[in-house]
Amino acid sequence: MIEIDWYLALSAVLFTIGLVGVLIRRNAIVIFMCVELMLNAVNLTLISFSSYHGDVTGQILVFFSLAVAAAEAVIGLAIILAIFRNNLSVDITKVNLLRW
Amino acid sequence: MESPTALVSLIIGLPLLGFLINGILGLSSTAYRSKKTLIGILANLAVFIPFLCALTLFLNFDSESAAAFAHLFTWMETGSFSVDIAYQVDQLSLIMTLVVTGVGSLIHLYSIGYMAHDEGFWKFFAYLNLFIFAMLNLVLADNLLLLFLGWEGVGLCSYLLIGFWYTDMSKSDAAKKAFLYNRVGDFAFLIAIFMIFETIGSLNFEVILTSLEAFSGNDIFWIGLLILIGATGKSAQIPLFVWLPDAMAGPTPVSALIHAATMVTSGIYLITRMSPMFVMSPEVMMIVAVIGALTAIVAATIAITQYDIKGVLAYSTVSQLGFMFLALGSGAFTAAIFHVVTHAFFKACLFLGSGSVIHTMEHVEHKLHDKGKDVHFDPQDIRNMGGLRKYMPSTYKTFLIATIAIAGIPPLAGFFSKDEIVMHAFNMGFGEYAGAMYFILWGVATITAFLTAFYMFRLTFTTFHGSFKLPKLINGTEGSEEYLHESPATMTTALWSLAGLSIVGGFIGLPNFVSKTFGGDGHINWLHEWLHTIAADIPLTLSGTAEWALMTFAIIVAAVSVYIAYKMYGNDQQEESDAWIASKFGPFYRVWKDKYSLDELYEGAIVHPTVNFSDKVLAVFDMKIVDGFVNAIAGTVRISGSLLRYIQTGVASNYALFLILGVILVLTILLF
Amino acid sequence: MNYLLDLQSFLPGIIVAVAGLAAIMLEAFKKSANTSFSVTIGGIAVALLFAIQSLYGEAGTAFSGMIVYGGVGAFGSVVVLLGALFCVTISREYLRDLDLHNGEVYGMILFSTTGMLGLAVSNDLITLFISLETMSICLYVLAGLMKNEKIGAESALKYFLLGAFSTGFLLYGIALIYGATAATNLTEIAAAAQPTFLFLCGTGLLFVGLFFKVAAVPFHMWTPDVYQGTPTTITAFMATAAKSATFVAFVLVLTRMLPSSEIGDWQSVLQVVAILTMIVGNLIALAQDNVKRMLAYSSIAHAGYLMVGLAAGNEAGYAGVLYYLFAYTIMNAGAFGVIAYYERNHGLDFTEIDSYAGLGFKVPVMGVMLSVFLFSLAGIPPMVGFIGKYYVFAAAVQAGLIPLAIIGVLASAASVYYYLRVMVYLYFKEAHKEYSLKTPGFLFKWTLILLAVLTVYYGVEPVLPTSSLMELISSYYTV
Repeated sequence: MIEIDWYLALSAVLFTIGLVGVLIRRNAIVIFMCVELMLNAVNLTLISFSSYHGDVTGQILVFFSLAVAAAEAVIGLAIILAIFRNNLSVDITKVNLLRW
Repeated sequence: MESPTALVSLIIGLPLLGFLINGILGLSSTAYRSKKTLIGILANLAVFIPFLCALTLFLNFDSESAAAFAHLFTWMETGSFSVDIAYQVDQLSLIMTLVVTGVGSLIHLYSIGYMAHDEGFWKFFAYLNLFIFAMLNLVLADNLLLLFLGWEGVGLCSYLLIGFWYTDMSKSDAAKKAFLYNRVGDFAFLIAIFMIFETIGSLNFEVILTSLEAFSGNDIFWIGLLILIGATGKSAQIPLFVWLPDAMAGPTPVSALIHAATMVTSGIYLITRMSPMFVMSPEVMMIVAVIGALTAIVAATIAITQYDIKGVLAYSTVSQLGFMFLALGSGAFTAAIFHVVTHAFFKACLFLGSGSVIHTMEHVEHKLHDKGKDVHFDPQDIRNMGGLRKYMPSTYKTFLIATIAIAGIPPLAGFFSKDEIVMHAFNMGFGEYAGAMYFILWGVATITAFLTAFYMFRLTFTTFHGSFKLPKLINGTEGSEEYLHESPATMTTALWSLAGLSIVGGFIGLPNFVSKTFGGDGHINWLHEWLHTIAADIPLTLSGTAEWALMTFAIIVAAVSVYIAYKMYGNDQQEESDAWIASKFGPFYRVWKDKYSLDELYEGAIVHPTVNFSDKVLAVFDMKIVDGFVNAIAGTVRISGSLLRYIQTGVASNYALFLILGVILVLTILLF
Repeated sequence: MNYLLDLQSFLPGIIVAVAGLAAIMLEAFKKSANTSFSVTIGGIAVALLFAIQSLYGEAGTAFSGMIVYGGVGAFGSVVVLLGALFCVTISREYLRDLDLHNGEVYGMILFSTTGMLGLAVSNDLITLFISLETMSICLYVLAGLMKNEKIGAESALKYFLLGAFSTGFLLYGIALIYGATAATNLTEIAAAAQPTFLFLCGTGLLFVGLFFKVAAVPFHMWTPDVYQGTPTTITAFMATAAKSATFVAFVLVLTRMLPSSEIGDWQSVLQVVAILTMIVGNLIALAQDNVKRMLAYSSIAHAGYLMVGLAAGNEAGYAGVLYYLFAYTIMNAGAFGVIAYYERNHGLDFTEIDSYAGLGFKVPVMGVMLSVFLFSLAGIPPMVGFIGKYYVFAAAVQAGLIPLAIIGVLASAASVYYYLRVMVYLYFKEAHKEYSLKTPGFLFKWTLILLAVLTVYYGVEPVLPTSSLMELISSYYTV
């Protein structure tokens, strides 16, 4: 049996990859995918703990989390579409009219 | 008696209503301003109806009645502290209310004639009504805070009315001066209020006066002293009296109402209200008495040297207020209130009489101008007058009656009240209080009484007797006596009413010993009976004989003084007699004439150094250091704001970076 | 188990959700935004009545401990619904002028409000997460209402990306707390809590999620951009209702999940964030020339004052926070309302402070009201903003956090500058050219007048004294 630590470490690594991706990527869609990666890393943590504690609450939360992620995806892509229509680009460094 | 709420609401509310109606309509409609009759009637009713209400309350009250309270509403409440708009009807506040509304009504009536040709007629009456409102709050309040509001209110009205003719620079300066000197006193009074609240947590008179044991002797001394300083400001006593003579720049009815009959007596009212507290501290009583006696004689000596008809009366007022303070300091609170009442009658009468004279003198000047003669003279200078009794008989007669009253000739009003004060001062000389010091004060008071009769008759004789001097003094005024005339009926009605009161007013306080001598029960002093539950008087312990002797002595002093005045001024000898006095008293006379140089002293010792200090030191400090410091801080703040805003680059990745930094910050604090 | 009772305990949320569905359906089938508007107003009003009623009822938990009812939750619901109601009433006229008036807007507002109501009563991290997301996702949509304007789409994108990003932290935090305690219920967590690495990290990340939503520094970066690019009345909705809901959730987490101060140094975290928030928010606000953006920074600063109450960590502090939320909702909705009024006359660039020159004398009632709201935001008595500040700072002093209170008072003194600056422009600057302002509509005008009256009224007569709020809170301390 693989110990829980490994699962936790894996999800932490995934979370960090997503986090760094958000920081360094410029394409809005890629950034959004990185956010999704972070959420899924958390889902992995939740399931690991759920299995570790022998408690289903964590798995229930994962379902909600998936639903939320799906809803976010819908909204997010629509927003990115609107940005693309206005700017003909999804480079977020070029979306900086609002500043200072 | 049943609850007085309805009547008290009327008493308090009507003057306010009068102020609002005349004020708002006058402000908003120029057509209304010219309806002088309507304005006058409204303003008069707003004072006269409250007088009738006060009279009703008075008739339903007797000397044993407990105070009745009218709680209108609670204005503000925070925790244990609440400000109640609540009024206390008792023997003392009733007397004061009657004086304020009664004398107030007469002066309102008089003002209709006096101000008839003034453009600010509506404004004048609005202010007068506002003053009455504030004054009634002052005397009827059941707590110190409401009293203080009234106290400030009358100060404000006084300021507005002194500067009524504000286009004249000296008059608005006089208004400012009055305001500033009052502020000094008010500040002390406010501290006293804080101290009282600090100690017993209430400002209600009933609570304060029933929990006096909560105060230490030290507290009593300081609170008493601070209240006294407050009272010296409002009631024009040494060292804060110099504003009152200047305050005569206002219209004469204002001088009569505010600066003689009512507002200036509020200090005496306040100390009488707090009398149970004052008698606990012999030191404060002593200070009160000394200030009173000193003020009385200082003002009386100045009055001898004045030529301005209102100036003499102004110093006379200061002097009489000094008498009242002497009464307070001698434990004769009833006598002080007694003198407040009688003084209100005769001094108001004198001021209104002087107003009548000034009115006619101004008329002369106008007539001469109409004739194309370019002459200017001071319509208030008594050296220009003389012989006026022929032309204005009513004014003369009433003025004379009031003069006899103030001079202390029995049986007119001033005699009884002044005699009671002097006698109490003498009596205190035997007491366990300060002993012999009071004998000196008695001596000072007697001399002042002598001077009072003297300068008042000097004024009357110079103004009304002899011949009209203006034509002899100023070219181009020949034949101007034909323009002299008696004042209109509204003015003489007021004069005669006040003169009548000056004659009979003294009978509310007949000396008890007189009755005893003639086998009575010794209770003919009605005012004494009336106020016995409120005023914490120190009783007289003199024997009947001693009292008779003192009284006789006082009468002789007054009579001699009148006789001397008649000899010196009775027949056009004003110039020679003044010169004779000046030569006889030499340096003293110059000091009196310079008004003890007090204005210059204050100017030199306080005003100039302060102005210099703030000019040279504070201003520099302010500009260079404070401003510099403040500007530096403000600059730093603004610059750092302008720099910090550029953190906000507009790029979402950078925002995310800051978010991560925040995460690190939070976790660092938590884990380490 | 009594399901009816459970449903009843979340009745305001259910009513608002149903109203939201109705609004969307009406838009779809009837194409009548006005009907949606009426349904929205009606739904919120009815929900408000039930919320007020439950304020006077007893407190407890429902749905197997997933939510609380009564007490703090009920108060939070009332504030949220008030915020929503005022923002909706001023929205119609404004959105019509922007040509954005349609039923979906109201649907989104109502769904978002449902999320806020859930947030304000959540007693379980799952409830908290779902409610927060329901609220946020709808707000992302609302932020992008002006999707054809560049700044509209930009503000939505930034809000969405950063919001989703912070959700990751929030969810990670919940996962770690779950791992440490095997529970998601706040009171169960409190019972099982140990100061382990896992638990501390988890709570820290949960805090980060909440800090983000209340716009605390340094998690605030999205706020000015989003507030500026969102239609003004929707900004008011975000700044009042959304912030209030999150703060109430914060209070619930602190009182029910972390009642013991022995586990973790939460006070220090809150203090540091409070200080940063107050200083940075006020400093940058000083340098702003766009009134809307200035108000965004001001709302950050106000989050800082609120955080002072949380950092105090005593009943007085939490009570102060609740009262402050009420105060803030009233005055901020009013301020944004007047700005919306000026803006809708001349378009988006009309929020530059320069264009306010001399406007105070045009339509005087609006100028006076803006002054009232700004005075209140500046914390000048006798406005309700002063009372709110007084409560939170007094609580901090009571908790011994005197430096914090001093910084708060200083920051708030500095804030007077930028609020009064607007008034200087309104009344003391010459207008550059003659603007003619439209007459405000009946509902719009009277909503703002009501808000102004409330601002002054509660400033003079603070009838919701902290003592009764403290009773509400103390019922939550008993785990």
